[in-house]
Amino acid sequence: MKRYGALTAVDGISFSVRAGECFGFLGPNGAGKTTTIRMITCVSPVTGGELTVDGMDVRREPRRIKGAIGVVPQENNLDPDLSVRQNLQVYGRYFDLPPRLVNERIGEALELFQLSHRQDDRIASLSSGMQRRLTIARGLINSPRILVLDEPTTGLDPQARHMVWQKLRQLRSQGVTMLLTTHYMEEAAHLCDRLVIIFQGKIIAEETPAALIDRFAGREVVEVHVGEAERRPLMERLDAMDGVTVEEVEDIIYVYVRAGDGIDAAALKLEASKVVYRRPNLEDVFLRLTGRGLQE
Amino acid sequence: MTSIALRRPTFRWPDVSLRALRVWQRNRDVYLQLWKSEIIWPVVEPVITLFALGVGLGGLVELESGQPYIEFIAPGLLAVWPMWSASAECGWGSFFRMENQRTYDAIVATPVSVEDVITGEILWGATRGLISATYILVVITAWGLVDSPLAILVLPVTVLTGVMFASISLSYTSVAWSISSLNYFFAVFITPMFWLSGVFFPIERLPEWGQTVAWWIPATHAAEVYRGLTSGNLHWSHLGDIAWMVVVVGIFYALALFSMRRRLVK
Repeated sequence: MKRYGALTAVDGISFSVRAGECFGFLGPNGAGKTTTIRMITCVSPVTGGELTVDGMDVRREPRRIKGAIGVVPQENNLDPDLSVRQNLQVYGRYFDLPPRLVNERIGEALELFQLSHRQDDRIASLSSGMQRRLTIARGLINSPRILVLDEPTTGLDPQARHMVWQKLRQLRSQGVTMLLTTHYMEEAAHLCDRLVIIFQGKIIAEETPAALIDRFAGREVVEVHVGEAERRPLMERLDAMDGVTVEEVEDIIYVYVRAGDGIDAAALKLEASKVVYRRPNLEDVFLRLTGRGLQE
Repeated sequence: MTSIALRRPTFRWPDVSLRALRVWQRNRDVYLQLWKSEIIWPVVEPVITLFALGVGLGGLVELESGQPYIEFIAPGLLAVWPMWSASAECGWGSFFRMENQRTYDAIVATPVSVEDVITGEILWGATRGLISATYILVVITAWGLVDSPLAILVLPVTVLTGVMFASISLSYTSVAWSISSLNYFFAVFITPMFWLSGVFFPIERLPEWGQTVAWWIPATHAAEVYRGLTSGNLHWSHLGDIAWMVVVVGIFYALALFSMRRRLVK
């Protein structure tokens, strides 16, 4: 629970993350994802309820928790005047780690994130993808059991994003527990074992990505593009069908097919060119649950 | 979950630890990268002041005590230039780290507490003051303006005055809404202290109310102590000056801790 005066930003959410899994927080901007992360990482005080990280109470042992987890913030807060290597050295000192150990880990982390050849360069000369990789490498300097990532690939180009995903999967396979927030559905599908969808400070769904898709979007999605004239008879025919959920959005009708063999254009008495069949994805789930209006 | 709208008492003891030194080390490392561009003001400015006011203006000035004017202002410069260094570091420097570079956010995500960050920043501000004071002490000694070996004690006293000015400055920074709003602090507080704290003329020249005001401002007491140390004329009243500054440190360090926490912990 997190209150700012009269505003309740995170309202009685409840979840538990298993060791070794990648757990995702999905939600539109302003849903309460970052606030939740800030409470987990002991930066923002919890104003109600219980929160423990690795068995430690965030109110009692913030320093121990912060020493055991790695944090990858949404914004770039690397030290721009220091080199890549110096950034990691300075950060390692905050954990009171012996310099020799830090240097060993810096070598490994730079290797893993393919930054070894840039270790003496200043931050300003790095691409945004490299800066992001460095920020993740920095979060690993204390060998955390739990890594917390706030929108790890926002603003990256596709190449950089896929590289970050690959590195994160590698970390997960090494047994690092990961918590991440994102509003990229593809990212959640790629990385998360389980996820919750947060909306207006509350958890509105919690499952594996596949189960969420099955439950909220069905087996197939049919997008029908129709004009005003054809709309009414089409809606009537759809209403008569079993096992489908229909959603009208501006000029497109979405038909979520839950069971059976699906529907074809002939059954809807429509030209095939106006009908698109595709596999449902997390985005369908997300938009169905959080609405299609702009969340501002 | 239900919650009752009781206002919880929010006071808790500041969580300061030795990890504050990690913040100091971070600032030192950045300074060692940038020192070539950082060093030019504190190196050039005091020498120009000694020339312009000490040599130039000083030829026209006759003090009641008969002391050469340049000798009069030299110990004062030991007080006010380091004041500028420490205040600027915990003013513009701290604001920039906090709001533009988001350095504080990066640090408090580690086992370093918000209070450690504030303490480390103040210690670094004091260090900048100490660097400045050391340099000026060397310059005025070489110039022949120091009469007593006690002048070496200027350095430990500067740790105190540095922490004092850094704490005052960081207290203001904690409520500054933009980097240019720091101008208010420097225009209304630091600049008057610079000119009116008995550095460039004896405060007895001020009208009575001015002398009262001058007594309250911390730089006056710093200048008094430095004057005593460089001339070797120490007096019991200098202990009073030190005590006064210790009190100011206590007040503004606590204020900086409280006010910065309020700004950073949300």
